[in-house]
Amino acid sequence: MRAEIDRVFREEYGRAVAVLVRVFGDIDLAEEAVQDAFGEAVRRWPSAGLPPSPAGWIITTARNRGIDRLRREATRADRHAEAALLHARTEEPEEGAVRDDRLRLIFTCCHPSLAVPAQVALTLRLLGGLTTAEIAHAFLVPEPTMAQRLVRAKGKIRKAGIPYRVPHEADLPGRLRAVLTVVYLIFNEGYAASSGDRLVREDLCAEAVRLGRLLAGLMPDEPEVLGLLALMLLTESRRAARTTADGELVLLADQDRTRWDRALITEGQELVRRCLRRNRPGPYQLQAAINAVHSDAPTAAATDWAQVVQLYDQLLAVAPGPVVALNRAIAVAELSGPATALSLVDELDLGAYYLFHAVRADLLCRLGRRREAAEAYDAAIPLAENAAERRLLTERRAALS
Amino acid sequence: MKQYLLNIQQPVGDPPPPEVLEPIMRELNAVNDEMRAAGAWVFAGGLHGPEASSVVRADGGEVIVTDGPYIEGKEFVGGFTVIRAADLDEALAWAGKVTRALGLSIEVRPFHDS
Repeated sequence: MRAEIDRVFREEYGRAVAVLVRVFGDIDLAEEAVQDAFGEAVRRWPSAGLPPSPAGWIITTARNRGIDRLRREATRADRHAEAALLHARTEEPEEGAVRDDRLRLIFTCCHPSLAVPAQVALTLRLLGGLTTAEIAHAFLVPEPTMAQRLVRAKGKIRKAGIPYRVPHEADLPGRLRAVLTVVYLIFNEGYAASSGDRLVREDLCAEAVRLGRLLAGLMPDEPEVLGLLALMLLTESRRAARTTADGELVLLADQDRTRWDRALITEGQELVRRCLRRNRPGPYQLQAAINAVHSDAPTAAATDWAQVVQLYDQLLAVAPGPVVALNRAIAVAELSGPATALSLVDELDLGAYYLFHAVRADLLCRLGRRREAAEAYDAAIPLAENAAERRLLTERRAALS
Repeated sequence: MKQYLLNIQQPVGDPPPPEVLEPIMRELNAVNDEMRAAGAWVFAGGLHGPEASSVVRADGGEVIVTDGPYIEGKEFVGGFTVIRAADLDEALAWAGKVTRALGLSIEVRPFHDS
């Protein structure tokens, strides 16, 4: 039963908090009430059994607990209590309203007036139901730091009056970009931890995918939302093949493709087709499409590199940047040879980025320019932040001499 | 309706010459007119630079007047607008129009509820 309650918590926490933020207009009170309700569930469910609608039970119980709190705490403004009591008399929220509540909460958490680390922390806390300790652990900051970050962010929402609502049509694209950035940041932190020993933090990837699925369910008509979910699923499909048993990094070209997760690939590719049909290609859709091409190839050599380069051309058009250009050059190397690619790479101003040097090193190596390749590895190694990446580069450097 | 301060953050240094400034001020006035028409405008004003500022401070029983500003910064309050808006997003939208007109950053800060 404990596992069952944990599952309900993971799945329903965000939904319940979202509803109660609307009811009470106060994030802290909503969170406290939902936690009270889960505390009650832990006490009651083992003997009484799972209620027919656990989510409804949690929301109703939390609402009652919240009202009790308001009645007890005379310090809270009376008008809050009145408003809440008024809402409390209305019947169960319909699914449509609950959906809107969660969207409102996502846009509140990712409001551009909040700093990005605060956006990430709030999203994981309020929508993902992760504890402060879990978020602190995932981002390698001390728990008191993360607790303070959350308190400050909630204070900013209250004091600056950040609205709890889905932005107007005209503001939606800009605001949606912030939401997608937060989810992708969470995924990337899980996919290639920015520091530390472990390359992958599966829990963060899983959380990001879950948030991505939630967004895709809430906004099925936004192609970039589908594109981001597809991108994450296709990337995630390669996880098992991406590291060796002892945690060493395996590059795309060297991965055992039989270990790729076919179910995730099928789902991701279907999403890519679905969003591209809208004919409003954005950066996430194009990156997903590139990954879909890789997923199609039985071997690295059999990859349709012409199509990959073409997709990178499109990506450069909608999201120009040196990192995209670097990735495009990697595909060009496969299509037109390392010399052409090297001349493209050498034009880029990316000296502080380890992958720039790593890619140069690889291209120089393939051109037989071993001494220069070694120098490029020497430049890359100290810049790589993740230990697994550093080890791989060091190995390749050693193989040269 | 809440009140918000739109604080115009002006970089330290000489202001642009009149031929540059004039079209900018015309645009700002147009935004101010738009705010008035929408009932959002409360008060606005441009300020002389920090070289014109004095700081008054009580030190024990004595009041001391010194040459302002009290700290050296890279930017200073060049002027401000007080607006009425339904919420932060509405205030940010007005600030967006002001920054587009002026080309300067605008800090948006809510007043305490009165």
